[in-house]
Amino acid sequence: MTSQHTPTAAPVAAPKSAPGIDSEIRLDAGDDPGERMILNMGPQHPSTHGVLRLLLEVDGERVVSVVPDVGYLHRGKEKIGETLGYHRYIPYTDRLDYLAPLANNCSATWAFEKVCGIKAPERAEAIRTLCCELARISAHLLGLGAYAMDVGAMTVFLYTFSERETLYNFFEYLTGARFTTTYTRIGGVARDADEGWLKDVRAFCASLDAKADTWEDLLTNNRIWRIRNEGVGVITREMALSYGLTGPVLRGSGVAYDVRKDRPYGFYDRVDFDVPVGQHGDCYDRYLVRMEEIRQAARIGVQVIDQMPNGPILADEPKFVLPHKQGVMTGMEQLIHQFMLITGEMDTPPGEVHSHTELPKGEGGYIIRSEGGAAPWRLKYRAPSFVNLQVLKDIIPGHMIADIVAILGSIDFVMGECDK
Amino acid sequence: MMGLLSSTQVATAPIFAHIFSRADDGSANFGWVIGRILLVLLIVHVLLILGALMVWAERRVSAWMQDRIGPNRVGPHGLLQPLADLGKFMFKEDVIPGHVNKVMYTIAPLISTIPALITFAVVPFGGSYEMVDGKEVAVSWQIANLDIGVLYILAVAGIGVYGITLGGWASNSKYSLLGGVRASAQMISYELSLGLAIVPVVLMAGSLNLGEIVAYQAENTWLVFTQPLACFIFLVAGYAETNRLPFDMPESETELVAGYHTEFSSMKFALFFLAEYANMTVAAALVVTLYLGGWTLFGLEQLGWGMAVLIFALKTLFFMFAFIWVRWTIPRFRYDQLMNLGWGVFLPLTLVNVVLTAGAIALDQTWLFFLLPALCVAAALFVAYMGLKREEEQFQPLPTAAGEKGSA
Repeated sequence: MTSQHTPTAAPVAAPKSAPGIDSEIRLDAGDDPGERMILNMGPQHPSTHGVLRLLLEVDGERVVSVVPDVGYLHRGKEKIGETLGYHRYIPYTDRLDYLAPLANNCSATWAFEKVCGIKAPERAEAIRTLCCELARISAHLLGLGAYAMDVGAMTVFLYTFSERETLYNFFEYLTGARFTTTYTRIGGVARDADEGWLKDVRAFCASLDAKADTWEDLLTNNRIWRIRNEGVGVITREMALSYGLTGPVLRGSGVAYDVRKDRPYGFYDRVDFDVPVGQHGDCYDRYLVRMEEIRQAARIGVQVIDQMPNGPILADEPKFVLPHKQGVMTGMEQLIHQFMLITGEMDTPPGEVHSHTELPKGEGGYIIRSEGGAAPWRLKYRAPSFVNLQVLKDIIPGHMIADIVAILGSIDFVMGECDK
Repeated sequence: MMGLLSSTQVATAPIFAHIFSRADDGSANFGWVIGRILLVLLIVHVLLILGALMVWAERRVSAWMQDRIGPNRVGPHGLLQPLADLGKFMFKEDVIPGHVNKVMYTIAPLISTIPALITFAVVPFGGSYEMVDGKEVAVSWQIANLDIGVLYILAVAGIGVYGITLGGWASNSKYSLLGGVRASAQMISYELSLGLAIVPVVLMAGSLNLGEIVAYQAENTWLVFTQPLACFIFLVAGYAETNRLPFDMPESETELVAGYHTEFSSMKFALFFLAEYANMTVAAALVVTLYLGGWTLFGLEQLGWGMAVLIFALKTLFFMFAFIWVRWTIPRFRYDQLMNLGWGVFLPLTLVNVVLTAGAIALDQTWLFFLLPALCVAAALFVAYMGLKREEEQFQPLPTAAGEKGSA
C-alpha cells in the first residue's frame, strides 16, 4: 500500500498556476490540518439541484468552511436581452427560473410594459396573476419534494410531482407548452383562458388544501424530519436583511416582506391573502413558510378566478403591442405590423425603470435603461436565487455534511436563475 | 403453547426426517451428507432468489405507495425484472478505476455478500413436533444445529461491515470513504444494542441455540409478548445493521452520492446490492425466530409438513415488507443523531432491560418484564405530546404584512 492510496487525502493545495476559486480554499499551511480534507460537492452532486458547486473543508463530518461556486449555467441572459430586444426576450425568461416559467414571463412583461409606459387590460392582469400563483405552487411543490427527498423522505417527492403533473397539464392547455410557456406578451397575454379551464383550475386550487394536509402528515410532526431541520441553518433576521435575502427564506427569518403585499402589482390588490413568517429562521421555519405559501397561493387562485373580469387580453397600443396571432396568419397588414415590431421598429421612451415582482424564490427585479429603440441599452436582472445563495458562506460552517442538503433544500434555489 | 392439534399425530415428511436425523450411533452417514449439501444449495438459492425478488418487491411496493405503477413490462407484473436487471449487471463494463486499491476493491463485495448468506445456516426455517424422552418437543429444521447459534450470528454479522468499510476505503474516493467510516461507526454502535437485545431472549430460553429458543417459545409464549422492548430495539437495530432507511447513512445518496459503493460497477455493485437484500432477509428471519416464535403459529404448524415452512416464510415476508414500508415513509437521521440514539437511548435501555429480565427470572416476578416497556411507551407519548405542543407555540402565521412594512 503506497501512500497515494490513502484516501484520507490530504489537504489539497491548489496549484500555484491556477488562480481562481480553488486557491481560495487552500488549507492554511501554518495551521495543522489534522483530519481535515477538502470535499468537492457539486456541480454534479445529487442534492446541489443543478450545478451549484460547494468546496467544503471538512473535519470528519463537520464542515469548517465553505466556498460556494456559481456560474456553471451562465448563458449571458442579460446580454441576450440587450441584443434581442423586448419582444424576443420573453422566451428566454422561461429558462431563468425553469421551475416557474410563467412567473418569469409575467415578471419580465411587467417590467417591459413599464419601459413602454403602457398597461395591460384587466383580464390579462388577472390571468397573469393567476399564472404567477400557479407557477408558485408548482415551484414550491418541487422545492418541497426535492427538499424532502434530500432529507430522505422520497415519497413526498412523488406525491408533489403528481400535483405538478396536473399543473403542467393546465399550463399546456393554456399556453400550448408544458414547460417553455412563453405565454405573456407586452401589453397582455398570448391566448385567452377559457371558462372550462378556469373552472378546472378553480377546482384544483380549492382541493389543494386537503392535499397539502397529506404532505404535512408525512413531514410536519415527523420526529426525524423535525430533528433534521429544527435549529439547522439558522438565518437571523439581521443576517437576512443585511444579505438582502427575499422570498420564503426572508420570511422564514421573521420578516414579513412580500412584494405582492407591500407594493401590489397585477391583481394582488384585489385579493386577500396572508403572508406567513417564521420565528426562528431555521430550515424547519422555511419549510413551514413554503408549505403555507402553497395554501395561500391556492387561495389567491380561487379569488382571482372568482373575480375574473371580461374584456380584451391585449392592450390597444399598436406601437408596442403585437397584433393578434389570428390576424397575423390571415392579414397582410397585421403580418407587416408584427414583422416591424419583432425586427426592431419599436421606439421605447428613453429612461430608466425598476420593476420588481414576487417570484417563487424571492423578489425578482429588472432594472432597465432604455435609450430608445426596441432593445434595452442595459438590462439588469436581480435573480433571487443568486442573492439568497450568498448566505451559504455564513450559515453552513459548523454544520454536518448531512445538514448541507437540508439547508440547500430549504433555501430552494434554481441555478438557471442564479447563473442567468 | 403446544397448540390446538397437539393430540393429532402428524407425520414428518420423510425427506426431512432423513436429512435431520443422523444414524442411531450419531455418525454422519452418506445420505445425510448428500442431503445436507442439497439443503445448503437449496437455502442459498432461496436466499439469492428472495434477494432478487425483494428488489422487485421494493420497486413495486414503493410504486404502490407513491401512486405509481412500477416495473410491469418484463414478465407478468414485472416479476422477471430481477432477471433483466441481472442481465444488465452482467453485461455492464466492470470498471476498476485506476486510483483504487485493487485487491481490497475486488474482495470487498465478496466480504459483504458472503456473511449475509452464511448467517442463514443456523436459522430454523421450519420444524415439527417429535417425541423426545416421552415428551413432545418442537424440533427445528436448520442447516447447522449450532449450540452457539446466537453467537455465530453476531460474529458473522460483524464480518459484513468489513466489506462496506473496505469497499469505501479501497475506492480511494472521499465520498466512499465517508460512507465507509459511517458504516463502521454505525454498525459498531448498533451491534451493541443488537447483542444486548438478544441477551434477555437467551436468559429466558436458557439456550444460545436458535432451535431451542423456538422450542421455548412454542412451549411457553412468544418472546415478543414478554420482551416487547427488546424486540423493538432488535428490529430497529436490525434496520441500522442492514443500512436501511432511516439509518442508511453509509449510502445516503443525497449526501454521499452513493456512499461506499459509488465507485463500484457491474457485478461488484450487484453483489453489494444483493448483500443488502440478503441482510434484510436474515434480519427479518431473526426477528421472527427470536421473538415471534419462528415457524410456530398457535398449533397451525402441525397441519402438514410444509405448513411450518410456510408460516416461517410468511412471518419473514411481513417483516421484509416492513423494511420497504419504513424506507418509503420516513426521512433519514443525521449521523450524529443516529449515534445519540444508539449510545444514548438504545444502549442504556437494553442494559436496564437485561438487568430487569435477569432480576425477574431470579425473583420469579414476571410483572417486571413489562415495567420498562410501559415506562418507554409513557416516555414516548410524553415526548410526542411535548413535540406537538412546541409546534403550536413555534409557528403562528401573521395575518398580514401591514405591520412590518417599514422594516423591509
